[in-house]
Amino acid sequence: MTTTIRSRKLTKTYGEHTVVDRLDLDIEAGEVFGLLGPNGAGKTTTILMLLGLVEPTKGKIEVLGLDPRWNPIEVKRKVGYLPDAVGFYDPMSGRENLRFTARLNGLEDYEDLIDSLLGLVGLGEAADQAAGEYSRGMKQRLGVADALVKGPSVLILDEPTTAIDPEGVVEMLVLIERLAKEEGVTVLLASHLLHQVQAVCDRVAIFVRGKVVAQGTPHELAAVDHGKNIRVEFRLGGDPAKARSQLESVGTVSGVAAGRVPGSWVADLDSSALAPTVSGLVSGGADVIGVHRLDEDLETIYRRYFETEEEEEVTT
Amino acid sequence: MTTELESTADETPSAGATSEETARVGGWRAVARKEIADHLLSGRFVVLMGVLGIATAAAVFAASGGIRDVAPNAQGVTALFLKLFTVTADPVPFPLIVFVGFLAPLLGIMFGFDAVSGERSQGTLPRLLSQPIHRDEVILGKFVAGLTVVAIMLTALVLFVSGIGIVRLGVVPTPTEISRLFVWLIFTIIYVGFWQALATLCSVLAKRASTSAMIPLGVWLVLTLFGSFIFGAIASVLSPRDGSDAAEIAYMQTVQTVSQLSPVTLFQQVSSVLLDPEVRTVGLVTLEQVDRAIVSELNLTQSLAVVWPQIAILVALTSVMFAAAYIAFMRDEVRA
Repeated sequence: MTTTIRSRKLTKTYGEHTVVDRLDLDIEAGEVFGLLGPNGAGKTTTILMLLGLVEPTKGKIEVLGLDPRWNPIEVKRKVGYLPDAVGFYDPMSGRENLRFTARLNGLEDYEDLIDSLLGLVGLGEAADQAAGEYSRGMKQRLGVADALVKGPSVLILDEPTTAIDPEGVVEMLVLIERLAKEEGVTVLLASHLLHQVQAVCDRVAIFVRGKVVAQGTPHELAAVDHGKNIRVEFRLGGDPAKARSQLESVGTVSGVAAGRVPGSWVADLDSSALAPTVSGLVSGGADVIGVHRLDEDLETIYRRYFETEEEEEVTT
Repeated sequence: MTTELESTADETPSAGATSEETARVGGWRAVARKEIADHLLSGRFVVLMGVLGIATAAAVFAASGGIRDVAPNAQGVTALFLKLFTVTADPVPFPLIVFVGFLAPLLGIMFGFDAVSGERSQGTLPRLLSQPIHRDEVILGKFVAGLTVVAIMLTALVLFVSGIGIVRLGVVPTPTEISRLFVWLIFTIIYVGFWQALATLCSVLAKRASTSAMIPLGVWLVLTLFGSFIFGAIASVLSPRDGSDAAEIAYMQTVQTVSQLSPVTLFQQVSSVLLDPEVRTVGLVTLEQVDRAIVSELNLTQSLAVVWPQIAILVALTSVMFAAAYIAFMRDEVRA
């Protein structure tokens, strides 16, 4: 695999404020890379630097072997970009907006392409409606079509799933996955909604306050420091009070608390104690409906890193 | 097409090279094309055209009526046709060139104030700048588009006036008059360009479109209403008056010089000379100088010679203003 996007010690400061701090990124061709972090972590600034729209304070960037600082036009010819809160020319229809983008890219026969892209993002019927009448989610989808007009080999999507209804999110993710797997497009996906995007990411970087605090496949990240204590959600049938006492009486768990839904209980336990706990519950006559390790969930990891950061902030 | 294109040493003139070349050449054109379509379809264009049409019609009917009244004793008056633009007649209180002088800044501001701030507020700027075009093509395309639409409007206005004039006066413009009108039209477009560049500059610097409209409007109002006041004040500092004739003349000359830094003054002076062959100077004229002067007409070249400095200053002001807008836009950083 070849590296499509590479950055070394990439730094951006605005006055005293460091927005991106010595960022090292390596994104391989054809992968879906998730840049995950809370709002204001520096994701958008990083993207703008990759596109040559913002001048880095320090560090190196390479996109498809090109330096966006010296070769922004070449980079922008090959990189499709969906900005956060994408906007369109309101009086023009969705189709006309795409035509304009096609002309800016120097394309000539673009009508068929635009038709197929509009179909791809499910805007076939609304294509000739003024973009000003589009809902937020429709604009988002038009934005994806817009980013695809140039036939990019890299797609940078900034918060692609915000403002889209749950069904639309699934469609969007399926589309992203398809582009990466079938067309070999490299996708950089920035989002703060990790539970939505983690499913499609081959690798993720958790990005907090301008720094990557963890990087790897979702699985690798989950595997880090499984150490001793894990958090497990047990779903137990029958009388809740009884179920709880059954769980507590197993003796291998601590800190039992009610979970997110009725009948679910969250407890801390030693990772080696999971199997004994479950068998203890079963032999104790508990109706075990489900067992779910919470820290496998990327969100938990993310929250953990995020919380660590916050704590550091408090202690310093 | 590919054969014309220069390709770098190791690059074959492939389809890729062609599209790259087209994109590079066509960027500002694509922007301009879209902007022109936007302007022509926009509400403000329709409103402006309406207002322009009505006001022009009123002014020109009044002017042609006035000319007709005096026509019997207007023997030997040449350039009668151009009088349509310079004569004041009831009930319209100003000649057409003054009206155009009022309108031109408004046109420029209208087509410039949201050039960049509009893109910002619609959220289209990051998307536009992420396309493979140079940044200057955005601002150039917008500027060219605005001026094109202005040129269309002003040409329509002049043709409209001419049409009414021909019908009402029965006077057909002479080739000289047509060339004077043409030069004046070009000059007016450059004048509008100054205001459009100023408005564009404000639209880069101001966060909101309303702010970027208010600043050039303010500049225009101040220069138009309080211009002479301000120039007088500056001149009295530069060359104090002590009551003597010499000092008075020096003062008046300073006023003259200082006021020529204002595009409003420049436009008035150049227009009056270009559209009236009998006007021979824009400066101070003493009684001795006009004593026994023969009233005669200047030809276009002579008229141009009279206002050449003013034209040069206005072109320079417009260029500087556009350069400022251009630089501001190039340095304007997209912020997350």
